[in-house]
Amino acid sequence: MTTDGWPLWEVFVRSRRGLSHTHAGSLHAPDAEMALRNARDLYTRRSEGVSLWVVPSTEITASSPDEKDPFFEPAADKPYRHPTFYEIPEGVKHL
Amino acid sequence: MTGTTDTRTTAAALALGDDALVLSHRLGEWAGSAPVLEEEVALANIALDLLGQARVLLSLAGDEDELAYLREERSFRNSQLVEQPNGDFAHTIARQLYFSTYQRLLYGQLASGDGPFAGLAAKAVKEVAYHQDHAEHWTLRLGDGTPESHRRMQRAVDALWRYTGELFQPVDGLDLDLSALDTAWLDSVTDTLGRATLTVPSGPRTGAWSAGAGRQGLHTESFGRMLAEMQHLHRSHPGATW
Repeated sequence: MTTDGWPLWEVFVRSRRGLSHTHAGSLHAPDAEMALRNARDLYTRRSEGVSLWVVPSTEITASSPDEKDPFFEPAADKPYRHPTFYEIPEGVKHL
Repeated sequence: MTGTTDTRTTAAALALGDDALVLSHRLGEWAGSAPVLEEEVALANIALDLLGQARVLLSLAGDEDELAYLREERSFRNSQLVEQPNGDFAHTIARQLYFSTYQRLLYGQLASGDGPFAGLAAKAVKEVAYHQDHAEHWTLRLGDGTPESHRRMQRAVDALWRYTGELFQPVDGLDLDLSALDTAWLDSVTDTLGRATLTVPSGPRTGAWSAGAGRQGLHTESFGRMLAEMQHLHRSHPGATW
């Protein structure tokens, strides 16, 4: 048995209530339920998470490196687009 | 039921602790040679859970290192099921299905009582629930998979069936409703095998020669070799630590 025929899954872990799921890594599994169990074993064994998502890697549409400039460059000279002019109230931790 | 409370607790701790220790070692043997990396980690995690249980239980019976590394084969009190060789992956899964189903029910009963194992059992039953879930999912996939995986899974559940009766023999020091355990075990395993399109084995669940054997220190052929490997380092370098 090899993983050749097994699809790749991307794993997202929510580390605490109130936070969003964060990409943790990827793994091979024959189906979604096994992917969830493998994710539990690989990424949350040390209490890193309270919730897991697994997504087939083929379902992810990624931006291409060729499009880097049009996607990410244009706003650099427009500082008013960046939310840097607000004071963050004390006690707000996850902003 | 004989002996003082202490010796009875010791006897029971050895039986439960040796089950956990020996199965943990068997699962550990997959490290480096499991079918896929993800599964290797899963089996190692289960092995580590069991090792943790074994350490608590053997510490109730004496010095954990001495008990694990310096006892002879005849002094081990584990059931014969857990010492069975890994075989192919289907055998490992069948052994795990049979044992985890038993252990979950057992710890469930112990946790609801107030005996010396209630605390450990309450904590470990959550771990064991995951072990059982893991084994069930693999049983379903192998049984209801390809003709080859079906054939191998059926062969494995058949081969290990004869070791399942021993799990429900009385253990000195454990006051359990064994017939309730056995009935619940059979229901659970029958249900899983049915969903996996596998046939529930029809043979006897104990050999005439083997009733209660592991708990009396009588073990099967491969156990001596496993023990030699497990104890080799400690016997060669007494007291070696990381």
